[in-house]
Amino acid sequence: MPKEKEVQSLSEVTVRFAGDSGDGMQLTGSQFSDTTALMGNDLSTLPDYPAEIRAPIGTVYGVSGFQLHFSSTDIHTPGDRPDVLVAMNPAAVKKNLSELKPGATIIVNTDAFDRKNLQLAKYETNPLEDDSYEGFEVFPVPIASLTAKALEGSSLSPKEVSRCKNFFALGLMYWLFDRPLDQTLNWIQRKFSKTPEFVDANTKALTAGYNYGENTEIFNTRYSIEPAKLPKGTYRSISGNEATALGFLAASVKSGLPLFLGSYPITPATEILQYLSNYKNFGVKTVQAEDEIAGITSAIGASFAGNLAITTTSGPGLALKTEAIGLALMTELPLVIIDVQRGGPSTGLPTKTEQADLLQAIYGRNGEAPVAVLAASTPSDCFTMAMEASKLAIKYMSPVILLTDGYLANGSEPWKIPHVNELPEIPVKFRTEKEGFAPYSRDENLSRPWAKPGTPGLEHRIGGLEKANISGTVSYDPDNHDLMINLRAQKVKNMVNDIPDLTVDGDMEGELLVLGWGGTLGAIKEAVIKARQAGYNVSQAHLKYLNPLPKNTEYVLKGFKNVLLPEINLGQLAKILRSEFLIPIIQLNIMRGLPFRVSDIEDKIKEILGGKNND
Amino acid sequence: MTDKIEVKDLKITAKDFATDQDVRWCPGCGDYSILAQVQRSFPDLVGIKKENIVWISGIGCSSRFPYYMNTYGFHGIHGRAPAIATGVKVSHPELSVWVAAGDGDLLSIGGNHFIHTCRRNVDLKILLFNNRIYGLTKGQYSPTSEKGKITKTSPYGSVDYPFNPISLALGSGATFVARSLDRDTKHLQEMIKRAAAHKGTAFVEIFQNCSIFNDGAFDILTDKKTKDDNVLVLEHGKPMIFGINKNKGIVMDGAKPKAVEIGNGKFRIEDVIVHDEFDESPVLATLLANLTEDPTMPTPIGVFRQITKPTYDGDVEAQVNTVTNKKGKGDLEKVLFAGNTWQVN
Repeated sequence: MPKEKEVQSLSEVTVRFAGDSGDGMQLTGSQFSDTTALMGNDLSTLPDYPAEIRAPIGTVYGVSGFQLHFSSTDIHTPGDRPDVLVAMNPAAVKKNLSELKPGATIIVNTDAFDRKNLQLAKYETNPLEDDSYEGFEVFPVPIASLTAKALEGSSLSPKEVSRCKNFFALGLMYWLFDRPLDQTLNWIQRKFSKTPEFVDANTKALTAGYNYGENTEIFNTRYSIEPAKLPKGTYRSISGNEATALGFLAASVKSGLPLFLGSYPITPATEILQYLSNYKNFGVKTVQAEDEIAGITSAIGASFAGNLAITTTSGPGLALKTEAIGLALMTELPLVIIDVQRGGPSTGLPTKTEQADLLQAIYGRNGEAPVAVLAASTPSDCFTMAMEASKLAIKYMSPVILLTDGYLANGSEPWKIPHVNELPEIPVKFRTEKEGFAPYSRDENLSRPWAKPGTPGLEHRIGGLEKANISGTVSYDPDNHDLMINLRAQKVKNMVNDIPDLTVDGDMEGELLVLGWGGTLGAIKEAVIKARQAGYNVSQAHLKYLNPLPKNTEYVLKGFKNVLLPEINLGQLAKILRSEFLIPIIQLNIMRGLPFRVSDIEDKIKEILGGKNND
Repeated sequence: MTDKIEVKDLKITAKDFATDQDVRWCPGCGDYSILAQVQRSFPDLVGIKKENIVWISGIGCSSRFPYYMNTYGFHGIHGRAPAIATGVKVSHPELSVWVAAGDGDLLSIGGNHFIHTCRRNVDLKILLFNNRIYGLTKGQYSPTSEKGKITKTSPYGSVDYPFNPISLALGSGATFVARSLDRDTKHLQEMIKRAAAHKGTAFVEIFQNCSIFNDGAFDILTDKKTKDDNVLVLEHGKPMIFGINKNKGIVMDGAKPKAVEIGNGKFRIEDVIVHDEFDESPVLATLLANLTEDPTMPTPIGVFRQITKPTYDGDVEAQVNTVTNKKGKGDLEKVLFAGNTWQVN
């Protein structure tokens, strides 16, 4: 009879699941996340996987990880350093050991610590038998053989049995963190409904893992994390890419325009195309184009024909779309380009995150070609910003670039689902009246009329050659060109009237403002909270509109003696702000293909403020 | 007395398709004729309203075409016209979408879009203005220039092999493939009308004279003295006969086509192969496409092949309708609140 185990209450935990690319770690992680979300914890996730689909098994570079930070309070990041590592093989420990919190718990699948796997992970001796893991609490669990034992008598092949071991590990983690099995049991039922033997095997493996925790002598303590106190409402867990897809679907519904997506698959943006290809009953049309250029140019064609047209890509694809963005700008057609930024340059780090496409987005075109640039700040914010981008593009008949990043795209968080009637309306005006029609006449926003083919009497020609203002005929007139360049720039500037002011969390003036943009919001917020807890007076602000910048940006920045700007690039926004407002900016630039660690920012805050805390 | 009001459909004429823009091609350019034949043919297009016609182009002399057509028009960027046109057609299937492109535009920088448009069978009409030279950049060899051509960028002769556009279109799956000549106005008009009536990717290669940088490239096919001996006019169901005296024909020598004299005791009219535009097999059309590779053979003009199969844009639309019928019209509220949700009170 096992003794009653102690239950320890925690406010937050960071767990990382790690194993071979084929070990199902992403699945295990997302199942744990879903269950945790359903329990009402706040959470943030960070899938971290190699670019290779199935890298050679057992190697350090083949390790796939899924990190999850969950808590009973409001949290903003997937956690700096894991408290718990679940490692399916030696390589998984080797790759992650230096990232763990001192004293962290490591649950290892001891079955994988054989000679072959130790060699593959480049361990000379068995680290479980020497002091390699000193300073950590290691729980050796023969996960593979326990799974095999649980599935004794099953009709599955040994290979198939072995593939169930991630469910054993998941079951054990459910026990350790006091989570119910139902959600995953239901998922297994649904997923394998056509193969009852897999339902049976995975169910057994999951339950066996849970029971193992309950019955074994190894674990004396389990942990409980109370639900977080989130605002009232209905929630779901959502990733950035799914939120982006839903945001454009919502924009289509709210504008009454059919949605057209022209896209070429590229990591980490592909999922948006995958999600949107499901919504045919909303009239959504997705063209998986022959290349990035066809992706955007087909979208430009669809925009000309009167659709809400978008194209999705990542950095290298944005480079290929450069010329076409200029065309959309010149023809003054609404278009949203979504760049899910990844590590660059060139092919770079396809599965990792970065913020280094900002200058490309703002300036990367031939000629004077300003476009609006927006950036989402959290996974669920991608929804809001997709709608915002659509709204601006339509109102100003102009291309808009929406930046997200690999971290936002793949990471997930609880999302308080908005009701459709709470979403902003997106007004659309198609020109139909013949009288007085001129293709490049302008309304109060300087936008030209949207007259779609099929409208009798409004036949007109547009194109990439410079056009005479109002009449829209080809024009080489020097003064007209000067006028048109200024008009196009002014249109983007006018958008400032549609975007919200920059808000400051904390005092409006003082010693230090930590400014950020895009996907760094979580890390910055948490760092600021921690610095405040340590007695420092720090303010924080976050830009979601990079071009144009909110009206009060200069006013806000000039209220502070120091402005710290953490960016996952070499200081791209810093460069813009300096040239725009002639103010000094303190940079913090770390480009590891990963989100900032909270401690990186916190340390920098303390370094700037020195002893100037209120203690 | 009648209570009927007489409704007189104002017949649209070629003039209605002209714009107020001055046409700015060089004197003697073959593009003038192509523009004129399009404008003359379009009033006869059955069931296509003027406001539903869209012309899309890329970059090059011929790509100015949309500015001179009083329809909806889009002068795009180099090579991308088929992709822009695909977006227009897929998003708005009622439109009749036309692409005007040069050989550099369609086959060099835009080659990828061209083959994929053909492969998908997007319902686009593509007119290739093939003058075998880069005109707008002032005389460099193009992807259809013959090997050895002396141009500004090939002073010692081009070492590139040219594309055979008809072969390329057939190989990429275009469902209507034809060729015509800028100077054969009647034939060109007929090909334009045939292309317009086709449902699917219709590709018409037009040999077009560049009077400045490649003048006379097609003289042998258009000059009264030489054309009959060098042009084979393809007509469905008719034997492939050509020659000033109509005494030459194409016969098969094994699997190889051969030009022979008829009525000299060796070959009879019955030996001459009969053209079948609608052949499901692409073999005959491919043989004909490759006649131009052999200097002893005539150059075919006319429809090489026309087959029908579902179009890309049609299938996209059909999927939208099928899924909508099956699932019901999309309900955003339901989609947002789908999956695993939980309440916070």
